[in-house]
Order: sequence, then structure tokens, then C-alpha cells
Amino acid sequence: MGVFKPYKFILYVLLGGAALSFLYPFYWMILASLTPEAQIGELGVAPKGITWDNYAQMAGKIPIWRSLFNSVIVAGLSTLGVLIFGSTTGYALAKLPFRGRNMLFFIIIFTMTLPFQITLIPNYILMVKFQWIDSLVALVVPALNSAFAILLFRQAFKSIPDDLIHSARVDGCGELRIIFQIIWPNIIPTIITVGILTFMNSWNDVLWPLIVIREEKLMTMPQLVTLFAVGGRAEAQLGVKLASAVVLALPIIIAYAIFQRHFIQSMASTGLKG
Amino acid sequence: MKKTLPYLIVSPYLVHLLLFVLFPVVFSIVLTFHKWNIIAPMEYVGWGNYWRLFNDRLFWKAILNTFQFLLVHIPLQIVIALALAYFLNQKLFVRGFFRASFFMPVVISGVVVTILWQQLFGLETGLLNRLLINMGLGRVEWLSNPNLAIVSIAIMATWKNVGLYVILFLVGLQTVPKSYYEAAEVDGASSWQQFRYITFPAINPTFFMVVILSTLGGFSLFIEPYIMTDGGPLNSTLSAMLYIYKQAFGYYHMGYSATLGLFFAMLIMMVVAVQKYAIENDE
Repeated sequence: MGVFKPYKFILYVLLGGAALSFLYPFYWMILASLTPEAQIGELGVAPKGITWDNYAQMAGKIPIWRSLFNSVIVAGLSTLGVLIFGSTTGYALAKLPFRGRNMLFFIIIFTMTLPFQITLIPNYILMVKFQWIDSLVALVVPALNSAFAILLFRQAFKSIPDDLIHSARVDGCGELRIIFQIIWPNIIPTIITVGILTFMNSWNDVLWPLIVIREEKLMTMPQLVTLFAVGGRAEAQLGVKLASAVVLALPIIIAYAIFQRHFIQSMASTGLKG
Repeated sequence: MKKTLPYLIVSPYLVHLLLFVLFPVVFSIVLTFHKWNIIAPMEYVGWGNYWRLFNDRLFWKAILNTFQFLLVHIPLQIVIALALAYFLNQKLFVRGFFRASFFMPVVISGVVVTILWQQLFGLETGLLNRLLINMGLGRVEWLSNPNLAIVSIAIMATWKNVGLYVILFLVGLQTVPKSYYEAAEVDGASSWQQFRYITFPAINPTFFMVVILSTLGGFSLFIEPYIMTDGGPLNSTLSAMLYIYKQAFGYYHMGYSATLGLFFAMLIMMVVAVQKYAIENDE
């Protein structure tokens, strides 16, 4: 038998082709955003005249940096809220006996099976009545709790031995200190999973911002880029549109390049819950 | 420990639950019997919104489009994901790189993917048509042909999501001990028989998950047609979610759009329940 195995060779060609089909479009997008408008139509692999002009034009038309700031604030606060309230509620469900605990657990399961299409319109009306339209509060407050996060935390807390909690109580620890100081260091993987999922969901959400935010300087980045792409302000200039898409994609691409393994594990675990 | 303490700890969640989940569910049912544009007082219309829904051709068209999307998207997704997972489940050099590149579009915003694919689908200078013309084939009206546009969007959605399902199938495939295949090999089982009787039973739960997750994802189809086609041409890419959005925030028909939302949510829960039943009783 020789070293060359045709089967393996075909396998590499197939997988390499697939990988290329996922990566090349992103490469092309970044390259096109740096190419003069007239040359984009014939752009392939090699660069054709690099320019920052598309970015300068785009930044002049829309408050892209302001929207980046808004997105960071909204996704950051939502993630913080979900981590804190997911932990406290999950802890109560896992470790504290109280009447109605089972019922609460079933209600949480029920809310997870409830399609968001039911609550979308009433929640919008609620925002109108609270006068939260055109305020970042409308993006953060409804996102402070997540049934999925509560269930993940509950699962993690269940694996913590009761003795640890008892001895902490004997030492005079309050419940909040037990959760965040004693147990948290033991459930880092769950914290990372919930953190990544919540941040990504918030960062990538467009529908809800489109509904509750109309003022341009309060928009999140995906929303601003969406409205830029569908509105007339890009003046059918492809390079300018693509520049805004690159700025939107870049933070996640960088984070993914660094924490790739965590991203894949976290997102796979959303599927594995079922 | 005080008896009230657990309630105190869960109270932030309870308030949130009441305000943003339970109240909206009840209120959405109330809304379906009213006509309301938020500004004027609510007007009771009885079953009027429901009658309107059953006679609303555009809504049924949107439901049909959504199902058409699923009909292309789900099989395509399963075949490609399963094939890629199967290829990846061997001793390979740079396996991690392949895995990471398949997963890349999953983490990137759907807005970016849609803007990018709008260009890939372009009629004259789009990358796909340029590739087809270079190969000596004709160009395709990806987004301007009303019979094809929803299929094109389904292809794009598959490209975006398939990496997640590759990983899920891979996890499923890795639960099968190598010795099973070796034993089957000794007994002379063909590769199809090995797949049918060893691989398939092992990935059955994953299979179920993939169908449910992509169904739920498909029913939420919104931003892709919103950016790419605004529902056109000839309403062929108008998804149910896009139609509900337009009724609510284009025309401010709150009562009617709540009715559409409620009905659509019921439909989603029904479809998922049927899928669950069909897959669990498959054996």
C-alpha cells in the first residue's frame, strides 16, 4: 500500500471546497468594502485598488459608532441581567424548598415552548404605555430574564453538593454571597455558555429594535445597518452598504476568532437541551 | 432561613414573567376581539378579526410561502449537515479548521449575511451568476423570479445555519462506538446497511432536534425578506412574520395583527407537536 489514499484525498477536496464556500464570501465582502465602487463588479480574489473611501462615506451618512456604543450597552446590560437573575432564580429552583416551586418550574418550561409571535404585539403596546419607545430601556428591561438561562443555571446548581451550601451558611454567608462567591467559581462553563448565548442573541436581534426604536441616534448597530441597506441613503452604492455590514460583523468575527471553541460549545448546547 | 426568602429571591423573575409574558398572552387574546390603532379608543368587533383572517388571501399566501421555505430549507439542511458531519467524523488533519469555518456564518448577524447574499444573488455582477457564466451556463434570476425567490432565500438560510447542525450531528455520530462498525464489517453488512441500522438509530434524537430547531427558525423568517425583497416579487417571499410586522407597524392594525400572531403561534405549536409525534412513533 502506498502513502497516497484516494479516499482521503477526495475527502479533503470535499471538505476544503465546503470550507471555502463558507469563508470566501466573507473574504470577498471585506475586500469589496475596500474597493472603489466601479471595480467591485469584477472583483474576484485579488485586490483591485484599496481605498477607505466607502468607510468614510458610510460613517458620514449614519451614526455607526454611536450605534456600536448602543449595541455594546444593550447587549452588555442584558447579559449582566440574565446572568444575575438566571443565577438567583435557578438557585432557588435547585436548592431552596418553597411552596409553588414545581409550578414555577413548569411555568418556565411552558414559556419556553410559547412562540414569541404571541407576545410581540402586546409587548409593543406595553412599551408605548410605559413611554419606553425611543429609549434603550425598551431594549434592556424586557431582556433581563431568560427562561433558558434559568434552566441552565438550575441544572448547574443541582450538581453542587448541599454540604458546601450548608457549611457556608454555618459560616454566616447570606444566600446572595453563597450564589455569587461560593458557587459561581464552580460553574464557570455554565456562566460562559449563558453569557455568550445571551450576548449574541441581543447583539444580533433586529426585529425588536426595529419596533421600539425610531430615533437614529438610539438605534442598535444591526438595526441601523438594516435601515441603511433598505433605505435610499446608500444611494445604491454597494461598497458603502458592504462597509456598514463589515463594521457590524467585525466585533463578532474577532470574538469568534479568539473564543471559537466556547462559541461552538455554547451554541451546540442550545440544541442539546431538548 | 426565613420562609419568605425564596420568594424574595425569585421575585424579580416573577415580576418579569407577569409583566412581559403572562399579561401579554392574556392581553393578546383580548386584543383579537378589538379594533385598535393605539391612539383612538379600542373598539369591540367580536369575531371580526378572525373572519377577516380566514378571508385574508395575502395572509394565506404568506403562510404558504413560509411552508414552501421550510420544505426546501429543512431537507437541504439535513442532507448537507449530515454529509459534512459524516466526512468530519474521521481522523483528519486540520479538522478543527473545517469545523470552525463551517460554523462561522452561524455566529454572524443575519443582517450581514443577507446584505452579502443580496450581492451574491445579483443578476449582472453577482458572484453566483458570474461563476455560472464562467462555467458556460446561463445566469439565474435568483431574486427576481417569483417562482425561485423563496428557494434562493432558503438556500441562503441553509448556508447560514448548517454549521450548527453539522456540530449537532457530529456529537450524535461520536456516540457510536467504532467496534459496532467493525463487527458489522465482519458480518458483511453493506455501508448502507451500516448507516441504516447503526448510524441512523444513534443520530435519531439529533435528527429530531434539527427538524424542530429549523422549523422554529423558519417560522420566524423575517429579516431576510425584509432586507432582500420586501416580500416581492409578487409577494412570493412575503413570510408570515413579515406580514404580521407590516400589519402591526405599517398600518397600526393592533387588533388584527395580534389575531394573526396568535393564530400563527397556534399553528407553530401544532406543527411542532405533529413533528414530535411523527418522529417519536417512527420506530
